[in-house]
Amino acid sequence: MIKLIEDFSFGLFFWQMLLFVGLLLILRKFAWKPILGAVNDREEGIKNALESAEAARKEMQNLQADNERILNEARAERDGMLKEARQLKENMIADAKAEAQAEADKIVAQAQATIESEKKAAIADLKNQVAGISVEIAEKVVRKELANKDKQLELVESMLGDVTLN
Amino acid sequence: MHPNLGTEILRVMQKRTVVKILLIFILVFNATNLFAKEAEKEGNGDLKSKIEAFKDHHLKDSHDFTFFSDEAANKHYGFPLPIILWDNGLKVFSSSKFHHGETVAEVDGNYYKLYHAKIYKTDAEGTITYDEHHHATNTKPLDFSITKNVVSMLLIAILMFFMFRGLAKSYKKNNGIPTGLGRFLEPLVLFVRDEIAIPNIGEKKYKRYMSFLLTVFFFVWFLNLLGMTPLAPNVTGNIAVTFGLALLTFLITNFTANKNYWGHIFWMPGVPTFMKVVLAPIELLGVFIKPFSLMIRLYANMTAGHVVLMSIIGMMFLFKSWIGSPLSFGLAFALSILELLVAALQAYIFTMLSALYFGMASEEAHH
Repeated sequence: MIKLIEDFSFGLFFWQMLLFVGLLLILRKFAWKPILGAVNDREEGIKNALESAEAARKEMQNLQADNERILNEARAERDGMLKEARQLKENMIADAKAEAQAEADKIVAQAQATIESEKKAAIADLKNQVAGISVEIAEKVVRKELANKDKQLELVESMLGDVTLN
Repeated sequence: MHPNLGTEILRVMQKRTVVKILLIFILVFNATNLFAKEAEKEGNGDLKSKIEAFKDHHLKDSHDFTFFSDEAANKHYGFPLPIILWDNGLKVFSSSKFHHGETVAEVDGNYYKLYHAKIYKTDAEGTITYDEHHHATNTKPLDFSITKNVVSMLLIAILMFFMFRGLAKSYKKNNGIPTGLGRFLEPLVLFVRDEIAIPNIGEKKYKRYMSFLLTVFFFVWFLNLLGMTPLAPNVTGNIAVTFGLALLTFLITNFTANKNYWGHIFWMPGVPTFMKVVLAPIELLGVFIKPFSLMIRLYANMTAGHVVLMSIIGMMFLFKSWIGSPLSFGLAFALSILELLVAALQAYIFTMLSALYFGMASEEAHH
């Protein structure tokens, strides 16, 4: 220890401090700051580049997902539209069918009613005509029968014979 | 494709490996060279104390930059450094005046002598008086000399400035990606940030400590590595240097500390009042012990590394046998590689613990 203190040279200490602190200050200005700054900038740059690449990748994924979603939506919409159209068509056909049926039924019913009434009219007419003709025939028959006197008397007789006197 | 391209590459690679191995060998050999010159003349008995002296000398700071010495011709190869003294006025002169401690330097009528890497004021003959513990009693003027360690630190500071300024500039030129040497430095800067600062201080507050942590990490590491070269200045193994670094950690810790930190020191929450009173002085002591341990750890590790490595290199010359010397060489080689690891490890530990203390100081209350 005593030897150490004896060996201690104040002059050397003085120069050492002067040189070292001077070197420290000079290097700080001309070397350490620019070096650490440049290294830091480079590292930041690399970090930023990686981050932006990652962001771009995520965006790409989002975009793809979006595209997929839109496509699916469009597909669903199309399917819906098609289904609706089909439904509409079916409905229309069914409606038309029902309407046609109803119309047809109505026409048939009308036709039947007309036929019925025509038939009745025809029957009535026929009856009338038959009656007329019958009366005519009867008239003619009667006129012919009653052309001679004897026959007229005979008839009256037979008729009187039919009428039973009560 | 060129048919021989494969073999061409292989050859270049082999060449590089060879160069690397050669480089490591040169590092070790150069260090051993320092002893070789001294070892030539002396006998074995004296050699031991010589190595001891050399080791001692090497561990200390020096007032001149000597690459190697030729003892036979009494010549030192290197260059002198400026001596700056404060002794009733500023005295500036070249360290060549001392002639490596052999002569007395005369400046403005004052005489100075270099003795065991320290400058003492003496008379014209350079007499040094001793007390009973064989310590010099001459007055020591305030020594602000540009020593070998100061030069080493200045070198590293300049090197660091250009290296990291280059890295900072390369970002602008190359669109945020480093080029050249920056490719090697950037991961280290990121290591300090991601493995040292953020885990210990936290994501929110680490930024204001980064300048200190980065500077201290590379400063200590590069100085440790410089200590491994044949120049081998023992800068981070000098107590004044580690004291300075630890002092900065201490100051930054305490000046950026928040209420929560001081609360934990003086009035520990969640313990009985009696314990609070007992704990306060212990915790207060801890405030000083923490940076003190930083100072001692770095100093001791680096000094120990230099001592062990030099002792083993010195052993090569002591053994002078076909078995001992290669064995010592192998050991020195392995240890050099270990020391390279220690150089980085100690820089890491110093930075890591500093960050840990900063983290404690700026931690928010969480209960």
